[in-house]
Amino acid sequence: MSAAARQMLLAAAFGLAAGTAGAAPARTAPDAQALARGEQVYARCAGCHAIEGNRTGPQHCGLLGRRAGTAPGYAAYSEALRATGWVWDARTLDLFLQDPMQAVPGTRMGYAGVKDAGERADLIAWLQQAARPGVACRVLP
Amino acid sequence: MKNFAIEIPSQALWLSRRRALSASGAAVLSASAVALLGGRDALAAGAKVSAQELEADVRILNTALGAEYEAVAAYQVGAESGLLGKAVLPVALAFQGHHKEHAAAIAGAVQKLGGKPVAAKDKYQFPVEKLKAEADVLRFAAGLERGAVSAYLGAVPLFADRALAQVAASILGDEAMHWAVLRQVLGETPVPSAFMA
Repeated sequence: MSAAARQMLLAAAFGLAAGTAGAAPARTAPDAQALARGEQVYARCAGCHAIEGNRTGPQHCGLLGRRAGTAPGYAAYSEALRATGWVWDARTLDLFLQDPMQAVPGTRMGYAGVKDAGERADLIAWLQQAARPGVACRVLP
Repeated sequence: MKNFAIEIPSQALWLSRRRALSASGAAVLSASAVALLGGRDALAAGAKVSAQELEADVRILNTALGAEYEAVAAYQVGAESGLLGKAVLPVALAFQGHHKEHAAAIAGAVQKLGGKPVAAKDKYQFPVEKLKAEADVLRFAAGLERGAVSAYLGAVPLFADRALAQVAASILGDEAMHWAVLRQVLGETPVPSAFMA
C-alpha cells in the first residue's frame, strides 16, 4: 500500500480528510475499507493511467473539479471528450466509468467500463482522496 | 467516414493452418489471429463490419498500441536502471520483446484497417525517483502488466471485428503471464484470484 493510501486510511479512521489533520473536514470522511477497495479497482487503470504523470492516458492528480480534456501536459484527448464540456465530479465520473464508449462516443478510452456500481463508488471515493493536488499528489507539467 | 458495411473476406484459406497448428498442441491462436500476428490479412473474420465500427476498432487498437510502446519504454528504464540482477534482467528483456511484438502486430493491424498507427512518445513520465531497488522496478512493472490485463479485458468485448478481439485476448494472456511471473519473483502469490477484472 502506498504512503498516500496509508495516510488516507489513517485519516479516514480518525474521521479526518487526508492531509488536513487539525482542520475542519471539507467532506464526510470515506470509509477506510471503501478506500482500500477503490485503490484495488484503480489497479485496473494502471496500464494506461497514473495519479502523477501523463501516460497513455492523462494523469489523474487534480482530476476532480477539472474540465474534461484539460489535464496539463496531455495532448492526446479525443475531440469527443473535449466537446462534452464536462467537469469531472462524482456524477460525471460515474457516468463515464460505467461505459466510456457509450457515454462519450469517440473517446479514445477503449474500455468496456467498471460495471459494478459499488466498485465505481469505491473507485471515485479513492480518487477524491488520492488525486487531491498539493495534498496527496503533484500535478506534473 | 461514411457508415457502410464492409464484406470481410472469408478466412477459409487459413482453416487448414489452424487445424494443423491445433493438432500440434502448441498453438493457442486462431487462424485469423495467426494471420494478423504474422503480418497477413487482418480482415479474415468473415463478418460484416461497418466503417463506423471499424473506426472504433482502430481507435481501440491505437490506444493499446500507445500502451504497448509505453511498456517497452518502461522495461527499458528498468533494464538501464542497473537495479536488475543477472537472473531477472533477461526475463525483463524477454517481456520487453513481447511488448515490441504486440506493438508491431497492433500497428500492422491499424494500417491494414486503413488507420494511422500512433507513434511512440519521445519521452515518458515514469516515477523513476521511486525506483531504488530491484523490487521497486519489478513492482512498477507488475503494476503496468496488471493494468494491461484489465485494459485488454476491457477492450475485448468492444471490438466489432471478432478476430481483433481474439488477438487482444491472446495479448491479454501474455500480459497475465508477465504479471504472474513478476509477482512470483516479488514473493507474492503469483495468481491471486480465479478471475480478473
